[in-house]
This record gives sequence, structure tokens and C-alpha cells, in this order.
Amino acid sequence: MGLRDVSSVEKVLEELSSRNYLADRGLATAVFLSLRQNRPLLLEGEAGVGKTELAKSLSNWAEGDLIRLQCYEGIDSNQAVYEWDYARQLLHLRTAEASGRTRDISTDVLEGELYDERFLIRRPLLQALSVKNAPPPVLLIDEIDRADDEFEAFLLEILSEYSITIPELGTYRSEVKPIVVITSNRTRDLHDALKRRCFYHWVEHPDVDREVEIIRIRAPKVSLLLAEEVAKAAAFLRGMDLYKPPGVAETIDWAEALVTIGVNDLDKDSVDETLGTLIKYREDQERVRSRGFDEILSLVRQG
Amino acid sequence: MNQVIDGQKTLDRYLVDFVDLLRNTGVKISLGSSIDFGLAVTLLGAGSSEDIYWAGRSTLINRPEDVSIYNKVFKKHWLGIDSLADEVNKLPALDFLFDDLPDDSEFEDSSKSENEVLNVKYSSLEILSSKDFSNCNRVELQELFRLMNEIRFTGEMKKSRRMVATKKHRKFDFEKSVRSSFRTGGEIVNKRFQESSKRRRRLVLLLDISGSMEVYARVLIRFVHAVMLGRSDVEAFTLGTRLTRLTKELSTRNPDAALSRASEAVDDWSGGTRLGEGIKEFNDHWGIRGMARGATVLILSDGWDRGDSEIVAEQMKRLRRVTHRIVWANPLKATPDYEPLAKGMAAALPHIDNFVEGNSFDSLKDLSMLLTE
Repeated sequence: MGLRDVSSVEKVLEELSSRNYLADRGLATAVFLSLRQNRPLLLEGEAGVGKTELAKSLSNWAEGDLIRLQCYEGIDSNQAVYEWDYARQLLHLRTAEASGRTRDISTDVLEGELYDERFLIRRPLLQALSVKNAPPPVLLIDEIDRADDEFEAFLLEILSEYSITIPELGTYRSEVKPIVVITSNRTRDLHDALKRRCFYHWVEHPDVDREVEIIRIRAPKVSLLLAEEVAKAAAFLRGMDLYKPPGVAETIDWAEALVTIGVNDLDKDSVDETLGTLIKYREDQERVRSRGFDEILSLVRQG
Repeated sequence: MNQVIDGQKTLDRYLVDFVDLLRNTGVKISLGSSIDFGLAVTLLGAGSSEDIYWAGRSTLINRPEDVSIYNKVFKKHWLGIDSLADEVNKLPALDFLFDDLPDDSEFEDSSKSENEVLNVKYSSLEILSSKDFSNCNRVELQELFRLMNEIRFTGEMKKSRRMVATKKHRKFDFEKSVRSSFRTGGEIVNKRFQESSKRRRRLVLLLDISGSMEVYARVLIRFVHAVMLGRSDVEAFTLGTRLTRLTKELSTRNPDAALSRASEAVDDWSGGTRLGEGIKEFNDHWGIRGMARGATVLILSDGWDRGDSEIVAEQMKRLRRVTHRIVWANPLKATPDYEPLAKGMAAALPHIDNFVEGNSFDSLKDLSMLLTE
């Protein structure tokens, strides 16, 4: 039974947590619905809350490939879908000439040879649609808000048909539909049409208990005591109205950094020395330092 | 899914009513999404309110801004807890279309005595276009609004990462050249070239709508709308006691419809000013994470700030670091002997690129020119 037929939200939670991804119920519900209905999952949220990580865990569960398309300004179909390998095509042509074949065959035949699948460079979207007789791949379209509107419209077309037409070769229709995860940092609004096709979830920072579990799973060397202190401190800092509140990725880094320098219990010096792994804006660091660490330390020590 | 709850309503009825209730509070929900919601509930089973809650969250809601209203409607509809009454009954505080523009009665009087209305409109167009908005009467403002709809500007261009073909001998386009060479037996006869295409820089407009700006804000919002009409990558916000995003509301072509939507969305017209905090909110939630990056930011404000001017300075510094250019239009600047005495203005001044007026039609035209450079 594949993950497309997953029976319940509980099952999703269980499968993900066995792959070291601790989702909350809301996210698990969105995952469940998108798996069962074969529709993309659209995740938005602060940086570092685990959007990309979810796609990795899903691909592990699906036992298929993780195909990632990182979007950026100016991305077009050459980088996202396919491209012809011109250098090799040219080489093929020269070889044909050198061997004298060009005299015997017509130009049409030769041109047909040049537009053969072996000269096709598959980029992520085409890769995701050309999987055959294998588990479904997870297609991660990361930071779609960085691409421009035109690309988004183009993507929408592909995601509604799960097919791509290459003029020289014909239409590729996917046999194994990919599991699609789209992430956005909300630097601009996505089109309603794209949102309508997707199940949507706004990923939040985890609560303290879940974060403790996450730290323990991701960084097994960290003691329970330290993990709790770290999670509480992170929760406190998130409430401090910083420019960039620490994400889960940062708290994991921080906990590991603390272990690396041999700290098992937070104190002023160790927090001060390692603050840079947790808080990455100078203004934020200054703010935390000027407020002093006493408040944080007394808070994390409370039971 | 026709199981009957409490003897009268079926489950789907409950679901549909829930969606209706959400729509009434202003959440945009398409028919497709409401069908998805029904399917999701079927898939999850309507066993627990938690499942219904998340089914709705992932199908009906697609912006974090709508979550809190969703929570309230959900509580009311499914759990019978009513915390919604105040929200729904809250009507827009101020209509700024035409109803209470100043000088109204005064104008009525003068039109009776002089009966030269048309004169005002045509022969003195030049005078009108340089006249301070705060001295304009109703007819003059109407005329200005009409003129404003004719303002069009394309905005600044910047190099895009996308390449386009060109006849000019710029960057050699290997792929296209080779591709075209297949027709000539692999011999590159026609060289192809490409260059970076140009794209518009995003423009972000922040309009101060606090009490001290009231007279100007009514006119400037028209200007903001006119600017938005011309192009797609403009974002608009109002700064008052808090920050309100108006990009969606003002994207409607019809100015009256756009403005009435905007006035519904904003509920702090002519309130106090917390300029620094407003800019901070913009920076935190929109600007720094991407919207203002490489963009031109235009702030329309008189710089009066009741809050801490330190915050203004700090936030302007932050904003400056990610933007391409910050332009500040201050209607008061046109007054003779103007000095930036307002705390907020003085704090912001070192962090802006262009400091201009914005009190008359002419000054707005100059502003458009400046933004098109």
C-alpha cells in the first residue's frame, strides 16, 4: 500500500515521525488531503520552520526520488523543464559528416536524429513527469515566490495536466504522478488559481514540547535537559519581537554548537559565546545582549 | 454525507452555512474551494471538530491573515462560542469618496453668486494644477481626480535575469546559433545574440493616513490608485495607527469601486500616527523578507509621529539597506520656509534618497517623472 492510499491523519503523523519529522495535526491533515486527492501541497511560513524538510521526509516515505526545483528570478523553461544538449548535437552532426553518412541520408532524417531523446537534458519538472514503474517522486518546488508571474502561470499549466509538450518529440504525460510540495516565503502573493489547486498550510514555529522532541531526534547527542533549555530559550526569543526570530533549524544548530563546546547546562558565558548560531542579525544580537541573559536563564531553569 | 445532526440540518448544510459565514466576514472563497472542503471532510470523517477545523484550514484559507477570523467563525459556528459579533458589525468608520470633503458649503455659495463654474475647470487649469490640495474646493478636487486618472508612468526599469534575443552584438547565444546551424549543415552562418531583458522595478507605496494628513490623504489615495492602474508590480499600504495592505483593494480599475473597497479595509483613517511602528510592521512582515528588496519605496507622509522617533530612524535605516531607492513626498515641504521639524521627518531624512513635495497636482506629476527616471 503506497502513501497515496494512506488511511488516516494519524497514519501520516506516525509515518512522518518514524522519519524524524514531527508534524503537528494541521500540517498532517494538509499532507493527508494532498496525498489522497493527488493535489499539490502549498506551504508558507517563516524561514527555518521545516518546509523543505517535510519534502525530504515524504520522499523517504514514498521511497521515490526527491526532485528539487529551486526557483529564482528569471527562471525559465530551459532550467525548469528541458533543454537540448547543443554541444552533443553538433558533435553528432560532425561525426555524421566525417563518416560520410551525410551523403547517403536526407537532411530530414539527420535532423530527426538530432532531436532524439538522448540529446535531451531533463530538468526537474520533466524528470518528475517521466518516472515509470517506480515509486512516485516528490517534486519540491522551492521558494516559488522568487520566480516571476509568467513562470507561475506556466507551472500551473503543468500541475493541472501533469504533462509537458516538447515540440520536437511530442507530449510527455506522467505515468506515476509526482507528489508535489510547493514552498513560498510570501515575498509576493501567488495567483489565486495556483492557490486553488493546492492544499494550503501556514507552518508555524513548534511549541516548546514539540521543539524538544525535534531537537532530540535531529541532534541525538543533546541531552534532554539541554534540549529543554534550548527550546525554552528559543520560545522566549521568538516572543522578543526580533527582526529574525530563530527558526527550528537555528535551535538545532545552537543545541549542537553547545554540545560541541562541551556545555550541558546553559549559563551566561555559553549563551553569549554561541549566540551567533541562533540569532543572525547584529541588531537582534545587540538587543538580546543589552537585555541581559538573566531573564532567559531564570526562565529556562524553571521546571 | 447526508447524515442528520440535531434532527434538522444535514452535515452538508452545516458545511455550506459555515462557508457562507466565512464569506460574509470577507474571506474570499471560490466555489471550487468549498467543494474541496466538502470532500476533505468526507475523507477525514466528520468525527471530531478538530478534523473539520483542519479540513477547512487547508482548503478554505490560503493566507495567514485570514486565520484569526477563521478561528472566530469556526468557534461560533461549530462550537457555539460567539466572539464574532463585534467584528462583523464593525462598519467602515469613514467614507472618503466625496461625502465630507471640506469647503463644500462654501463652494455652493460661491457658485450661486458667480455662476462661472466652468471657468474654474478649464481656464484656470494651470492654476489648479499647482494649487495646494488643502485649498481646493469640491469641484476642483473632482477635476483633479479626473486629471489624476490620466497620470501614467512606467516606473524604473532594471536588468532582469532573463535573457532575450537581440540583433545587437551582445552576448553570443551559443544554443540558438548552433540550433540554427543545423539547417546549414552544422555551419554557423548566422550568429545569434542575447542580452538581459529589462523588467520593472517593484514600486511600494506607503501612504500616511493619520489625522494630520487627512486633507492630503484623500487626494493622494487617488494618486496611489492611478499609479497602480498603470502596472502590475505595485504594492500599496496605508500607515495610520497600524499598517494595512491595500494592494488587492486598489487593483480594481474603477476608481470609485477601488476606493470604497479600500475604505472598508482600512479602519484607522485620520487616527493617530505611529509612523515608526508602521514602517517596522512593513519591514517585519513584508519589506525585508522580499517585497522591498531592490524596489523603489515611496512614502507619502508629513512625518508627524507621536511615537518614538528613534524607531523611525532605525526602521528607515533597515529599509534603506534592502531597497533600491526611497522617495519621501511630504505635502508640507511646499510651504515657504519649511523645515523638517516634525520628529519623525527629521529622523527619517538622513535615510532617504529623494525628498519631494506632494501637495499639488504639479508636484505629483514631477514625482511621477522622478519615479520614471
